[in-house]
Amino acid sequence: MAKREYSFYPGCSSQSGASSINYLRSTQTVCSELDIQLNEIPDWNCCAASIGYAGGGELPRISLSARNIALSQQAHGQQDIVATCAACWLATREAKERIEGHAKIRSGIDAALGEIGLKVESQMPKTRHFVEVLMEDVGLEEIGSKVKKPLAGLKIAGYVGCQTNRPFGIAGESFENPMYLDKMTAALGAEPVEKYEKKASCCGGALMFSEPEKSQALVKDIIEAAYDGGADMIVTPCPVCQMNVEVYQNHINKRFGTKFNIPVVYYTTLMSVAFGKSAKEAALDGQMIRAARLEEIAGK
Amino acid sequence: MSNQIEKYRRSFLSEVEANVEEGDMVKMCMQCGVCSGSCPMQNHWEHPPQEIFMMIRAGKREEVLSSSSMWMCTSCYNCIARCPRGLPITHIMHGLATYAKRLGLVPKEQPTAKFGQMFWDNLSKKGRVNELKLGLALYFMNGIGPGIKKSLEMQDVGMGMMKTGRMNPMEILGGHSIKDTAGFSKMLAKAFEIEEGNIKNNG
Repeated sequence: MAKREYSFYPGCSSQSGASSINYLRSTQTVCSELDIQLNEIPDWNCCAASIGYAGGGELPRISLSARNIALSQQAHGQQDIVATCAACWLATREAKERIEGHAKIRSGIDAALGEIGLKVESQMPKTRHFVEVLMEDVGLEEIGSKVKKPLAGLKIAGYVGCQTNRPFGIAGESFENPMYLDKMTAALGAEPVEKYEKKASCCGGALMFSEPEKSQALVKDIIEAAYDGGADMIVTPCPVCQMNVEVYQNHINKRFGTKFNIPVVYYTTLMSVAFGKSAKEAALDGQMIRAARLEEIAGK
Repeated sequence: MSNQIEKYRRSFLSEVEANVEEGDMVKMCMQCGVCSGSCPMQNHWEHPPQEIFMMIRAGKREEVLSSSSMWMCTSCYNCIARCPRGLPITHIMHGLATYAKRLGLVPKEQPTAKFGQMFWDNLSKKGRVNELKLGLALYFMNGIGPGIKKSLEMQDVGMGMMKTGRMNPMEILGGHSIKDTAGFSKMLAKAFEIEEGNIKNNG
């Protein structure tokens, strides 16, 4: 039996051939090293993310997460639901809060789920971000003890972004200057950029698609601040942040006359490399802007 | 709908309280403006949040609901984290946007309103988002000509995503799906029915 076991909500972007499949692959590598077992919620559905409100209103939107919670309870009892995606985590937590706090939502959800013979049991499991599992259940000490190839000489800007930070955040962290990502990179032997001023700024989220000019201006500042801090790369816990900050750098360069070319990696990729795993296990092949320094370390 | 307008003629605030997600918190705003100062899209609002809240109290129904303002929300939750009165501003903005949409008052061609609906339609078909179809729908939302132009413009991103295994062209043929799509649709239909019913009853 694994040391730690959780119900797992991977989310749409972690499916095969989807935009953050590299996040899932490196998460699996980290889990096998730390003896964590993730039990996927059977037949889970989309959480509606941050933009689903436009078509889904309140109750239909919340019913999506309610279905996931009910399916998780049915298959995995009271196991904590763990999400790697910031939006999945936020939506599921928010749904739990609304169902518990608003009688009208509770009765609406009961009726909607009742249509398909599902029920959210009154004692809903906690929903946690994978970062919480690492920081609270595993701990930096154990993470540090697994490091075989310290990421020495690398300076990394910890871009926490919005939704892993607000409105719920990670316990004990401040909204304005969360430190967990920096502590994590330090535990892996790298040097976190101190005073990374865009650490908790917004990348535009889904508005990168609908309002690209406005969102790219936000990302420009996020990348610029990383360079200002002397960063070799950016690390993030969020699939939307990762994609928005990595893949439009060419477009931003064209629009603003910048010369950005900075890799943006998931913390799970950093951890996999530091744990001595191969470039493939760390999902370094998923970088559109290659993280050459990490490839070097992984290849040693 | 005319009934609704008549009923709330003298108080747009009560209409918002009854029909907008978390709308009952609007009256708590004390006009400090921290939300506006914290918003990443602060330069792009027609009316920043605290102004919207005051306009609601002043009964400026049309101006609020037909404004593009709420559609500027990126869901960064900075305003919620910082609001000294604990208003769930992000949710209220989402709620106002959705309510405006229901009443058909959204400015024409509002891109985030359009994209948001595309996202919902995409996920509700199979229970999961099909990123490829969503991307294509977005590029072609203004027709074939602009769609081809946009696709060419985005070619480097698409190729890069495909090369790194983060986009699969085969998704166009159907793609990922939950198993119980029939049940999923039934659940959503019921949820919509209840939500519409609540608003009708309020009106």
